[in-house]
Amino acid sequence: MHQVEIATTQETLLDSPEMVLNMGPQHPSTHGVLRVVLRLDGETVIDLDCDIGYLHRGMEKIAENRMYTMIAPYWDRLDYIAAVSNGLVWVETVEQMMGLPVPPRAHYLRTILTELNRIASHLLWLATHALDIGAVTVLLWALREREEILKIFERQFGARLTCHAWRVGGMPNDAYDDFDKDVRQFANNFPKRLDEYETVLSENRIWLSRTVGIGVISGTEAIAIGLSGPALRGSGVPWDVRKSRPYAAYADMDFDVPLGENGDTYDRYLVRLEEMRQSRRIIVQALENLPDGPVNAKLPKVVKPPVGDYYHSIEGPKGEIGCYLVSDGTAQPYRVRVRPPSFVNLQALKQMCVGHLVADVVAIIGTLDIVLGEIDR
Amino acid sequence: MLVLGPVNVLNDLLLRFFSQETINFFIWPLIQIGLVVTLVALWVAYATYLERKISAFIQARLGPMRVGPWGLLQPIADGLKLLVKEDFIPENADRWIFFFAPYIAVASAFIVFSVIPFGPDWAVIADVNIGLLLVLAVSSVGVLALILAGWSSNSKYALLGGLRSSAQMVSYEVAMGLALIGALMFARTLSLSGIIIAQGSDSIWYVLYQPAGFLLFLISGIAENNRAPFDLPEAESELVAGFHTEYSGMRWSLFFMAEYAAMVVVSAVAATVYLGGWYFPFVYRLELAGHHNLYVLVSLLVFLVKVSIILYIYFWLRWTLPRFRYDQLMDIGWKWLIPSALINIALSAIAIFLVQALNGWRGMRTIETLDRGLNLTASGKVIMIVIGFAGLFITAALLSRINWRSRDFNLKTQRRNIRLVNLPKGKPAVSASEV
Repeated sequence: MHQVEIATTQETLLDSPEMVLNMGPQHPSTHGVLRVVLRLDGETVIDLDCDIGYLHRGMEKIAENRMYTMIAPYWDRLDYIAAVSNGLVWVETVEQMMGLPVPPRAHYLRTILTELNRIASHLLWLATHALDIGAVTVLLWALREREEILKIFERQFGARLTCHAWRVGGMPNDAYDDFDKDVRQFANNFPKRLDEYETVLSENRIWLSRTVGIGVISGTEAIAIGLSGPALRGSGVPWDVRKSRPYAAYADMDFDVPLGENGDTYDRYLVRLEEMRQSRRIIVQALENLPDGPVNAKLPKVVKPPVGDYYHSIEGPKGEIGCYLVSDGTAQPYRVRVRPPSFVNLQALKQMCVGHLVADVVAIIGTLDIVLGEIDR
Repeated sequence: MLVLGPVNVLNDLLLRFFSQETINFFIWPLIQIGLVVTLVALWVAYATYLERKISAFIQARLGPMRVGPWGLLQPIADGLKLLVKEDFIPENADRWIFFFAPYIAVASAFIVFSVIPFGPDWAVIADVNIGLLLVLAVSSVGVLALILAGWSSNSKYALLGGLRSSAQMVSYEVAMGLALIGALMFARTLSLSGIIIAQGSDSIWYVLYQPAGFLLFLISGIAENNRAPFDLPEAESELVAGFHTEYSGMRWSLFFMAEYAAMVVVSAVAATVYLGGWYFPFVYRLELAGHHNLYVLVSLLVFLVKVSIILYIYFWLRWTLPRFRYDQLMDIGWKWLIPSALINIALSAIAIFLVQALNGWRGMRTIETLDRGLNLTASGKVIMIVIGFAGLFITAALLSRINWRSRDFNLKTQRRNIRLVNLPKGKPAVSASEV
């Protein structure tokens, strides 16, 4: 099954200069329970194989035995760092399949909250990526900002991490009273803090030497593998689901898409930082133009999409997260398939790592921004 | 004298059982050793506390607050916890080597304290005339402990950590030794007390004559101690915990203590050689006024403050900078630090030659005496300091010229920033040809 055979006998160990190093599933920086089997020559990676499935919970199978409205909280547990975005892809797929008219206010609130979630997810990425490369302080600074967002989530949804944010047809309830104030306060403080992180990292010689030219992947290769999100845009491919197939209220928003040049770790770092700034821009715009009205569409007693299949995808923080839904006209889906961005992005790991050192493997796992809950499902 | 009255009483008491010679050569050193080991162990424990506090302040949090007021008893609680923890030895480990490696580490770190001059007179255990050489030699024995620990653990992470540490410490030892030579040319002695006295009699700190040497020593000292940003042997995110991955309980904490003790040693040597050790202007007046023991105590305090300042730089760097990669670390050691140390030696020699040549030229006086190291007159000092700081720029310029072709030299200017594109809305997916 694995391409890298683990050399266990004394003979093989002594005969070759190569060494097989087993990283994970218990390892501080494989971002969860990823197991990477590295074949090393000294410290240079010559081959690598990923072993996944340690967090497999059978989400897609579970979904076949649940009503449509009951599936949304399961989707929060896919990419638990970006639960709000994951929930959105599920409810939007069902809504669009049924042709439900979601009120504009719900669309706008969804835009604000998913963008907040994108910032939270990118902040956690920045924190752990910097930690992997050894800058411990950035971890706590980034978590401080993330905390502000989680507080907003807690007041809005009642939960910080797995929010169960949306319902089919809209939102469980309208924005809380101080929502506008809280989000504005966050949006005002955020750029200053982001500049602070940049002073610690962007111009730092050590940070540059650890990220420039590491894990390079060209645009053509990235498309061939199927990368999406910042990992794809870091290689200079202009592709953002928010722009190409606008969902929620993104069609009304004015924002730019940052694109890298070289497709290395440093470019992906810059792209994600700029995405956070653009997210803030979207949040402020949506807050300015937030329409009044209900936040819920009128739903039938039982949610039953028509017979057929439907694919819908949104731009999650990690990349394009999609949902393919086959309905047989009953109250439970016939088959659900998630298009997991982390899973697809992880496939680039070998190509990016071979020829680099062990320390770079850690940096590259960090730059791909994977979440094992979503990879294993 | 008031402060140390009990000392004389104790001496009288001991005289009943031993001869004065036995007391001077055996009993007093033993007491000194006991005191130094205890106090240094305590100091090391509280260095961890300070590190946690300082890192907390840098990271916008509070740090230990629960055990005692402001968490002051935290190191003691940690020590107790580690003492009662299971001392686990992996099944396939090389038991004896695994057993003894931490002791080698901690012993080599603590032995060095025997020659560190904490203060004048009785505040130093042994004033050896090859003190600095002894410091360098004994602290390199610490590498052995790391290699043995890494090898005997029978774990690949530990082995990689051990290999990294051996390569790293061996290469940085060279830079460290070479960086010190410049200062030794001024002091003309290897005795640590002698170096301080040379600075005192010249009324100067050698950091002014040797700014480049000081920086080089500090950087290679940090690398020698495996501290961030050079903490590759125990790089947490890559090698789990490096050479001490398999260690637990007290044995693990011995490595920890050895690391902090080695840090204190390097800070102490830096303070001694470059910041004048316990020497501070005007403190000597206490001795002249007849308060000998008070003079020693104040000098001791001065020394501790200087060491603490350098320790603070250690903490500060650790919690600010990312970690180097292994090959970059070797690059810095061999391509930057060792050449700059060599350039520094050459420049120091030229400076000393120049000052000696200028002495007597057109009635100029640059040298006062050569008895206690190189003692210069005011004009001599000015020349020396100017050459010293010019040396910083000369070294930097020469090395940039040598290294400007290397990939990592000026990464920021090598690249353009990302571009911002306002993509048209509703445009279908891109094809590969558009990239």
